[in-house]
Parts: sequence; structure tokens; C-alpha cells
Amino acid sequence: MYRTFRTVGPGQNRRTGYMLPTRTGFLAEAFADIGAALEKHHLATTFSWQDVAQRYRRSRVGAFWLTINMGVLIGALGFVFGTLFRSPMDEFLPYICVSLIIWSFISSAINEGCTAFISAEGIILQVRMPLFTHVLRTLYRNAIILGHNILIYPVVLLAVGRAPTWDVFVAVPGFVILSLNLLWIMLILGVLCARYRDMTQVMQNLLQVIMYLTPVMWMPRTLPDGISRLLLDLNPFYHLISIVRDPFLGQLPSATSWTACIVFAIVGWAAALLLFDRYRHRIPYWL
Amino acid sequence: MSMASIKLTDVSVEFPVFNAASRSLKNRVLSVATGGAIDRRVDGHVIVRGLEDVSFSVKEGDRIGLVGHNGSGKTTLLRVLSGIYKPTGGSAMVDGECVSLINISLGIDPEATGRENIKLRAAMMGMRRDELREQFDDIAEFTGLGDFLDMPFRTYSSGMQLRLAFSTSTAIRPEILVMDEWLSTGDEDFKHKADKRLREIVNTTKILVLASHSRELLQKNCNRVLWMDHGRVRMDGPTDEVLPAYFG
Repeated sequence: MYRTFRTVGPGQNRRTGYMLPTRTGFLAEAFADIGAALEKHHLATTFSWQDVAQRYRRSRVGAFWLTINMGVLIGALGFVFGTLFRSPMDEFLPYICVSLIIWSFISSAINEGCTAFISAEGIILQVRMPLFTHVLRTLYRNAIILGHNILIYPVVLLAVGRAPTWDVFVAVPGFVILSLNLLWIMLILGVLCARYRDMTQVMQNLLQVIMYLTPVMWMPRTLPDGISRLLLDLNPFYHLISIVRDPFLGQLPSATSWTACIVFAIVGWAAALLLFDRYRHRIPYWL
Repeated sequence: MSMASIKLTDVSVEFPVFNAASRSLKNRVLSVATGGAIDRRVDGHVIVRGLEDVSFSVKEGDRIGLVGHNGSGKTTLLRVLSGIYKPTGGSAMVDGECVSLINISLGIDPEATGRENIKLRAAMMGMRRDELREQFDDIAEFTGLGDFLDMPFRTYSSGMQLRLAFSTSTAIRPEILVMDEWLSTGDEDFKHKADKRLREIVNTTKILVLASHSRELLQKNCNRVLWMDHGRVRMDGPTDEVLPAYFG
């Protein structure tokens, strides 16, 4: 895209230098932007709290409306699927509760990641701010909402009369690794969707499909015998959801899942950095 | 502190205009499937040239005025100077901390209180938290809004809204200041205060770039004027020479 664009332009001097004494070199532009976004971290936190605070204005319940919706969904799906799969409720209800909460975090982070730059158009075209800030803001906003939703978990545990185990704390590193993965996915999608607006719709549909392919509403062990475990093992989203979900269910995530998520993060970030470095400066033009 | 400077060399800015046919992925996939030749035709998008071979340099102490008709490339040039657009051709070197006062209401949330909005707006300006803590009381006082600061922004009259946005936006002291039109605000009382504050900023910044349609304003504040026409610099010289040529 970019090449076509440059060759159509006039003149032979295509030297594109820029701006403010920054380092130049391999991935310099991407690192400079992400570095600045991390340094000006308070921008992302301020704006994301603002996003959530907006939900509280003139509403007594505020962002907890999302939690209430989630609670109702968990209750209904837990009852329906628990009965369909003939799973014991005291096991299935906590499972679907944690599953849906984490999945809604993953899917809304990715969906909103698609529009991270598009919806920040006003800011991007008016002030110089690291672009990665908008991706961070989107992730934080969803993390805050996750913090609201996770309150359903103790309620469900109480309802089925179970106690949590200490393993729950393993969810913290799991969440960090999940977030690192989400960030690169959001960064790539943010860039692509700014250029190709249809991508947002494509992703929405894709996520819908992924949700059914991934054990979110069904449990891995309910897979019929004929179906290979590869369906799980080759699905990165299975591993991503496992490293946060398993600790909540009193299990430790498998070594395979940890490894898969870390490898996924490294490979993904490499791709995201390459893409971002190349197209970062084009994003304002696409908006 | 280092010297602030701006140096633009043959800067061109071209906007790709994605017509419906080239902007969507669907068309892209379909066109690839139907072969290369059509791909190129479907994909041959239009380009709008915002700036063309713009070269000039600005040294510390310069007060640059920008004139030109609508669509002459003033806003695009301001965006290049603010570091928002990276030139598609040539090079732009902007050395110094640059702040643009283009839309001073950007970032304001009507449902939030005045105090919250000062924080939001300050963050948008790139003010650090410790800087804001230091300046918060001054800003709050400058607005002259008193107890209204604890009320939602949407309950303010438009004059009061401007007061808040102005007070916060002008609390910053950048090395390079980019302005699109002079910010004139509020009632007579506040206007006087605001003009004084603006003059203060203009005097303390090392470089000022002010786009305006007002001859008087440019005459008063600038020592040099750039006349933009169709994305090119038509005239660049001392205020006394360019203004009569432009305004006729």
C-alpha cells in the first residue's frame, strides 16, 4: 500500500526524514512511540478511568450495569448449558462464570482495539501524543471493567458452597501474560482497521467463531472422543484463557499453556513492532 | 536549555483519498482474486496534495504569522509543525517542545465537573501530574468560576466553558507554540485577563506560529509572515511586506 502510494507521488526526492531529535535505526519509530507511551503512562490511566467514570454519570449503578448483565448471562447460560451437558452445577457454574468474564475481557479488548486509533481521531489529529497510548487506554478500560465483573466470582462460589484455593493468585502472572498478548493483537488490529475499515466487522465475526471453537461455554473434557485434542492445543485462545481461568478453578495451568502464551507473545510482538514501525506515521493520514 | 528551531526542507504532504472501492478489505481480496491488472485500477486512489515543496527555517525569537485562503495548507502545515503529520516527501526538523493550541476544548467531558475537566484537559496538553499539582490552584483561580468548579461542565454557560478551557490550556509554557487563530474569549472582564495571559505566553515562548485571518493581530504579534497558497509558500518575508501584498 505504502509503496504504491509513494511511487505515485511527484518528484524523485523521496527522502522522508523526521522530526524531533529521535534515535534512528531498526524499529526506532515503534520503540520511540511505545517508550513514550509507557513514560507518559498517566495519560492512558487518566483517559481510561475517564471512560469508565462516564458510565457512572447520572447512573447510580454505573459500570456495574455491565456486571449485572454479565451476572444474568452467567446465571442463564450456567443453568441451560449445565443442564444440557449434565454437569454438576457446583462445578459448572464457577467454570462458566470465570470463562465468560475472561472471554468478555479478551473479546471486548480485541474489538475495541480495532477502533483504538479510529475512535481517538480527534486527539490524534490535534495533539502530538504517542499512538500506543490509545491502545493502552483501551486495554486499561477493559481491565477496569474486568475488575468490576470479577466480583461475580465470589458470589457464585458462595452460591454453590465452594471455597477458593490459594492457586487463585497464579491468575496474576496469567493476567499479565494475557494482557501482553492482547496488547500486540490490539496494536496490529488498530493499525489494520485504521487503514481498512472493514476489518473491524471481520474481526467481530471472527471473534464470534473463535468463541465457539474455544472452550468458553463448554468444558474441554466434554469434547467427544473422536475429536483430536489438537483443536485445543493449536488454539492460542485456549491457552490464553487457561492461564487466567485455571487458577480460579483450583488448578494450575499446564506448562504447555504457559509456554504457548509466552511464545505467542514474543512472536506477536515481533510482528506488531515491525508493522507499527513501518506504518505508525501513516496512521494520522488514514484517519 | 537548547535553542529551539524549525527547519523544513522541500516538505510535501500528500493525503491518500480512499474511495469506497479501495478502502475496504473486501474489494482488495476480490480484486486480487480477479488478477493484477484490475487490482491496480481498482486501487489507483486519488491523492490530495496538502503541501508541496515547502521550505523555510525558523530561528529562536521568530514570531511567524501564517496567512492564506481556506484550503491553502495552513492547517496541514500546523500539523506538520506539531509533529502530527510526518511529511511524505522532504524533511521536517522541529527542535524544541512544541504545543499546539488549536482546539482548546479537546478532551473535555461535559458530564465531568470543572475540576475533573482541568485534569483531563491538562493531561491532553501533555502536562505531567506533578506540574499539574503545582499549577492546579492557579488554574482554578484564573477561571474565576469559584464553586462552579464542582458542578458538571455541561451546566456552564458557553462563556464559562471557554474560561475553563482557556485557563487550563494556557497554563503551559512550551518552547514552540502553534496557534490557529487567536483565542478570544468570554466577557470584557475575562477578555482583558485572557489577552494579558496570551501575551505572556507569546512573549515567553521561543517560537510562535500563528495562523490568522486578522491583519491587526498579525501586525501586532508577528515579525515575519508566510503566505500559503495552494499548498506552496507564495511569499515569505517581514510582516510589513507580506501583509500589504496579501490583504491588498
